[in-house]
Amino acid sequence: MHPLRKQRLQLVILLVVAAALVIGLVVYMLRENGNFFYTPAQIISGEAPQSTFLRAGGMVVDGSVLRSDDSLWVQFKITDGVEMLTVEHTGILPDLFAEGEAAIASGKVDENLVLQATQILAKHDEKYTPPEVAGAMNAAYKAKQEAQGGSYK
Amino acid sequence: MIAEYGHVALIIALCLSIAQAIVPMAGSFAGYRTWMRLGHSLALGQLVFVAISFACLTTAFVQDDFSLQYVADNSNTLLPTQFKISAVWGAHEGSLLLWALILAVWSAAVALFSSHLPLVLSSRVLSVLGAISVGFGLFILLTSNPFARILPFSPTEGGDLNPLLQDFGLIVHPPMLYMGYVGFSVAFAFAVAALIGGQFDSAWARWARPWINSAWVFLTIGITLGSWWAYYELGWGGWWFWDPVENASLMPWLVGTALVHSISVTEKRGAFRSWTLLLAILAFSLSLLGTFLVRSGVLTSVHAFANDPERGVFILAFLGLVVGSSLLLFALRGPVVQRQQGDTEAVSYSGLSREMMLLLNNVLLISAMAMILIGTLYPLIADVLDLGKISVGPPYFNFFFVPMSLGLMVAMGFAVFSRWKKTDANMLLQKGMVPFLISLSAALILPLFLAESISWETYSMTAVITLGASFWVVTMSLEDLWQKLDRGSSKAASNVSSRLKSLTKLPGSYWGMQVAHIGIAVCALGVGLSSVYDVQKDVRMVPGDRVEVAGYEFTFDNLSFVQGPNFGASRAQISAYKNDRLVAVLHPEKRKYEARNQVMTEAALDAGLTRDLYVSLGEPLKGDAWAIRLHVKPFVRCIWLGGLMIGLGGLLSVMDKRYRRRRKPSTQSGTEATAL
Repeated sequence: MHPLRKQRLQLVILLVVAAALVIGLVVYMLRENGNFFYTPAQIISGEAPQSTFLRAGGMVVDGSVLRSDDSLWVQFKITDGVEMLTVEHTGILPDLFAEGEAAIASGKVDENLVLQATQILAKHDEKYTPPEVAGAMNAAYKAKQEAQGGSYK
Repeated sequence: MIAEYGHVALIIALCLSIAQAIVPMAGSFAGYRTWMRLGHSLALGQLVFVAISFACLTTAFVQDDFSLQYVADNSNTLLPTQFKISAVWGAHEGSLLLWALILAVWSAAVALFSSHLPLVLSSRVLSVLGAISVGFGLFILLTSNPFARILPFSPTEGGDLNPLLQDFGLIVHPPMLYMGYVGFSVAFAFAVAALIGGQFDSAWARWARPWINSAWVFLTIGITLGSWWAYYELGWGGWWFWDPVENASLMPWLVGTALVHSISVTEKRGAFRSWTLLLAILAFSLSLLGTFLVRSGVLTSVHAFANDPERGVFILAFLGLVVGSSLLLFALRGPVVQRQQGDTEAVSYSGLSREMMLLLNNVLLISAMAMILIGTLYPLIADVLDLGKISVGPPYFNFFFVPMSLGLMVAMGFAVFSRWKKTDANMLLQKGMVPFLISLSAALILPLFLAESISWETYSMTAVITLGASFWVVTMSLEDLWQKLDRGSSKAASNVSSRLKSLTKLPGSYWGMQVAHIGIAVCALGVGLSSVYDVQKDVRMVPGDRVEVAGYEFTFDNLSFVQGPNFGASRAQISAYKNDRLVAVLHPEKRKYEARNQVMTEAALDAGLTRDLYVSLGEPLKGDAWAIRLHVKPFVRCIWLGGLMIGLGGLLSVMDKRYRRRRKPSTQSGTEATAL
C-alpha cells in the first residue's frame, strides 16, 4: 500500500475506534447520570423510583416550612395542585425560596415517601417559574378540571 | 426623540450591511475593483451607525427614559450610573445590540487592517461578515427591538436590573465574551472566502491566524471572568456549574483551541487544510448555537431570562441557514482546496511528529466538545421525544472532561519537544526523564504537606494526579525553554548571562505557547487542589459564636443594618483567626433590593494566592441566629490566574512580529485572479 494511504488508513481506524468508545461511554454515562423530574403526584402514587437520585418540583405550600431550633434542618411541603410531597433538607435555602413560590428539590425518596433533598433550587428572579414546575402545575390543573367535569355526569 | 434616532440608525446600519453582503461579493466575481473596495467603506459606515444606535440606548438608560419598554424593565432611578450603563446589555434586546456593535467593530477592524490582503479575499471576508450582520440586524429589528415604546401610559419608575447583574462582573464579562464569540465570525468569514475562491494555503493561514488568535484570547478572558463572577456573586462559592450557558461558551472555546493549534500546522507545514476550514466553520456555528440556547429560552438555566418562542425560531432558522450553507459549501469546494495540496510538495509526516501531537490535541479537544454538546442537548432532545424531563449533572461532564484534560496535559509535555515531520521516540523519552522524576516526586511528596495532617486518610490521589500533571507540563516547558536558549547563544559563551540575553530573540509565538501551556497547568492546579482541599461548613451562629474550619477560627462579631443606594442589607461582621492571630475581617451581606423586592446574598471573601476565605449569610433563623456558610478554599485563585495566563499567551502570539510584516499584495492578487 502507498505509505501515505497506509498512514491515512491508520488514522481513520484510530478515529473510528476512539469515536465508538466515546459514544458507548457517553450513552452509558447519560443513563447513569441523567436525573429525571417527577411531580409530587407521581412520587406519592409510587410511580417514581425510590432511592434513586431524582428531582421533584412544585409550589411551596403556605405555612409548611418548619425549621429546627438548633440546626439547619428544614422541612417543607411542595405541591403540584394534586398531591403534597414532604421534603427534608439540612443546609441553607436559596435566596428566592419562599412559601407560595416554585422550588425544585433534588435528592432521593425514602420509604416514607419523603424526599431527602441534597439540593434545593428556587427560581432565579421574581418573574421566572421553572418550566418543569409550570408544566406540572398546568397538567395537574387540567387533570383536576377533567375529573370535576366527569363527576357532574 | 433619542430612542427614535437610535432606531433609525439601526435601520440604516441594516441597509448598509445588506449592501456590504452583496456588492463586494458580486464585485469579486465580476472583477469590479470599485465594488470590491466598497465593502471597506460600508463596514466603517455600519460601525458608525450601530455605535450611534448603541449610544442612543445608553443615553435612554442614563436619562431614565421609562417610556422605553426595555429601559423600564431593566433600570430604575435609584440604580447607580455605572450599572445603568451596563444594564444596556443586561437583558435580551440590549445584549443583541451589543452583539451587533461588536460584530461591526470586528468588521471595521478587518476593513482597516486588511490592506496587505489580496482585495478579492478581503472583499469576500467583509461580504460574509455583512451577511451575518444582516441576520442579526433583522433579528433585533423584527423580534427584539430595544427601542419599543410603551405609550401613552409609560411608567414613572422602572422595574430595576436583576440584582445578580448589579456588579462589576456584568460590566466586563459580557463584552469580553461577545468579543470572543463574534470574533470567530471573522475566522468563519475567512474560511468561507477561502472555500469560494478555492485557494487556501500557508499564506491564507498566516493572514487568518492573528484574527483567530485574538478572538480566542477574548473568549478565554471572557470565560475566566464569567467563572470568577459566578464564584463571588452567586454567593455560594462554586466557580463552574456545567450549566448549559457555561457549556455554550466552553464549546466554541474548545473548538477555537483546536483551531489555534490546527492552523499552526496549516501555516508551517501546509497540512490539515480542510480540517482547519471545518474547525473555523464549527467554532462560529457553536457560537451561534450558544446564542440560540441562551436567547431562545429553551433551557432551564440561570441565564435564561428571556422566554419567547418567536425569537427561538428565528435564531434556529438563522443557525440552520449559516451551518447548512457553509457545510454545503465545504462539501462542494473542500475537494478543490484539497486537490491544490497535491500541486505543491507532498505533505507527509510520520507516526511520531509534531503534526501527530497536534492531531492528538485536536482529537481530544473535539471529543471533549462533542461530549459536552451531547450532555447539553440531551435533556432538550429527551424532552422533545417525550422521554421525560431529564437533567444531566456534573458527574457526567467531570467523568469525560477530567481524563481528557489530563491526557491533553501529558501530550502537551511531549508536544513541546516534538519536531515537524519526524521525531525520535528515544529523544522524547530522554528529554522527558528529568521532568518525569521531578513531577513524580512533587506529586508524591507535596500532598503530605497540603493536607491538614499527615495520614493516609487525608492523602489524596486526586491531588497526586493534579500535581503530577501540572508539574509535568511546567517542567517540560521550562526544559525546552532552557535548551532553546542554549541553541540561541554561541557555543563559546554558553553561560547563564548569554542564555538570558537570547531570551529576547525567541519569537512571540513561542513565548505565547509557553505562557499559555503553563497557564493550563496553573489552572489545572487550582481546579484539582481546590476541589480536594476545599472545606465547607454550613452552621447556625449567634453573635459571639466561634467556629473552626480547616485551621481557621471564625467568630460572628455582630450584625448591623446598612442602607445601599437601591437596597437595604443585614451586614454581619465575621473575623477569621489563625493560631489566635487576626487574619481577616469579613462583612457578608444579605441584601433586599427594593424595586424587585428580591433578596440576594453578597458573599465576603479574603482572597489569597494559596487560599480564599469565603463567608456568606444564609437566612435568619429564630432570635439572633443566622445560617452561615463558612468556606476555606485552597488555591482557588489559581483557576483564574491560569485562565488569564492562557489569554496572555494568546496575546503574545497575536503580537508576534511575523504577522505584522506587511506583504506586498501584488504577487498574491495575481494568483488569486487566476484562481477565479
